[in-house]
Amino acid sequence: MTLQATTWQTVGPFFSIGLCRLYRDNLAGPGVAGERVEINGRILDGDGKPVPDGVIEIWQANSQGKYAHPEDVQDKPLEKEFTGFGRIATDIDGYFRFSTIKPGRVPGPVGPNGKANLQAPHLVISILTRGLLRRLVTRMYFPDDPSNAEDFVLSLVEESRRSTLIAKKVEGRAGSLEWDVVLQGANETVFFEL
Amino acid sequence: MAAIKAYRRYAPGTQPPYLHPPYVSSAKRAPSRPPIYLPHTLSEITGPVLGAEFCDLKASDLTRQHSGEPLGERIIVSGRVMDEDGCPLRDTLIEIWQANSAGRYLHNNDQHNAPLDPNFTGCGHTLTDSEGRYRFVTIRPGQYPWTNSHNAWRAAHIHLSVFGPAFATRLVTQMFFPGDPLIPFDPIFNCTADEAARNRLISKLDWDTTIPLEALGYRFDIVLSGRESTPIETPSHSHKAQT
Repeated sequence: MTLQATTWQTVGPFFSIGLCRLYRDNLAGPGVAGERVEINGRILDGDGKPVPDGVIEIWQANSQGKYAHPEDVQDKPLEKEFTGFGRIATDIDGYFRFSTIKPGRVPGPVGPNGKANLQAPHLVISILTRGLLRRLVTRMYFPDDPSNAEDFVLSLVEESRRSTLIAKKVEGRAGSLEWDVVLQGANETVFFEL
Repeated sequence: MAAIKAYRRYAPGTQPPYLHPPYVSSAKRAPSRPPIYLPHTLSEITGPVLGAEFCDLKASDLTRQHSGEPLGERIIVSGRVMDEDGCPLRDTLIEIWQANSAGRYLHNNDQHNAPLDPNFTGCGHTLTDSEGRYRFVTIRPGQYPWTNSHNAWRAAHIHLSVFGPAFATRLVTQMFFPGDPLIPFDPIFNCTADEAARNRLISKLDWDTTIPLEALGYRFDIVLSGRESTPIETPSHSHKAQT
């Protein structure tokens, strides 16, 4: 190693000028296979106030559990129309909404038997806002998925905080999920250090 | 599945803390608990591949997006994107945004009493070439006041967003200009403890890319996290977070 990674700086309040071109609130067009989900949520600050100047970036596998990336060498099909990338800004009341498909399970760390344990279906998320000097990294998991119980990353999180990483079903609306991001305080979302 | 080759963690002190009281907006937005250490998995060592189909080749010249030319000092901002071993990162997307020469953003929430420039939007993007190089033509952004504290002013800066090869390498930063007298007073610039790391956010005047009688060149190299040299050992399932 001869160099050091460049220092982060905040996106500031005016990021939409540069980032809006790649806003993608529908990650999966009509031809993409998989169970459709719509995710609604809010970013809230330490006072419970909405964050109206936030942006969320999403990275996910397709419904087969395959990432559209050269280092995913699993023998599983890719879908040309599915990049797995999303980017959504919050509105004036801190709300965000996006549609996608539930990803399949991707390999996690190699277990003692020499085989990779599969991770539970999840979205990998970056949160960027004014006031955050660098991004926050989190994950969103799906409710009522039996594989959550054996997920390696969820197991790193104390049980009382795990629910902050799992979206909630909206009663009476199939495929509709709710997931809030709380930046600070009692119900603070779990964030990860990469 | 082969073992995962993780990306390196940031060196201590070289990245901003989440809470930095001189930057007032961090007070209510910084998490109160330390982040949980996450061993990299396939999800983190992959990331969006945003290639040429996401790119408009003309978007790297911010001075030619309108019928007339923007006001201000025309400049060339260029450099290389590489990893910590100095290996170039090719075909990676860089997005930039900035204020105009009067220090005003084309944004509804910017209330600074300075004129907008009908010939300047202040956004651009490009892909690095096969040697990791990028180049933008733009105008030097103005300094501007903000409400962080009494009589607070931001040093002139350009925002940059870079993807790199993986989710783990994502970077959003700001580039500053050499000799700007506001730099020592800018709480965002000064949020990082390591002085050398901080100072690498200041671009360098560059004669090699300066075009005589046309535009000064500023060089700004971008380094993204490098790769660990050995694959991750099998983490035990009971390995608890370093909180």
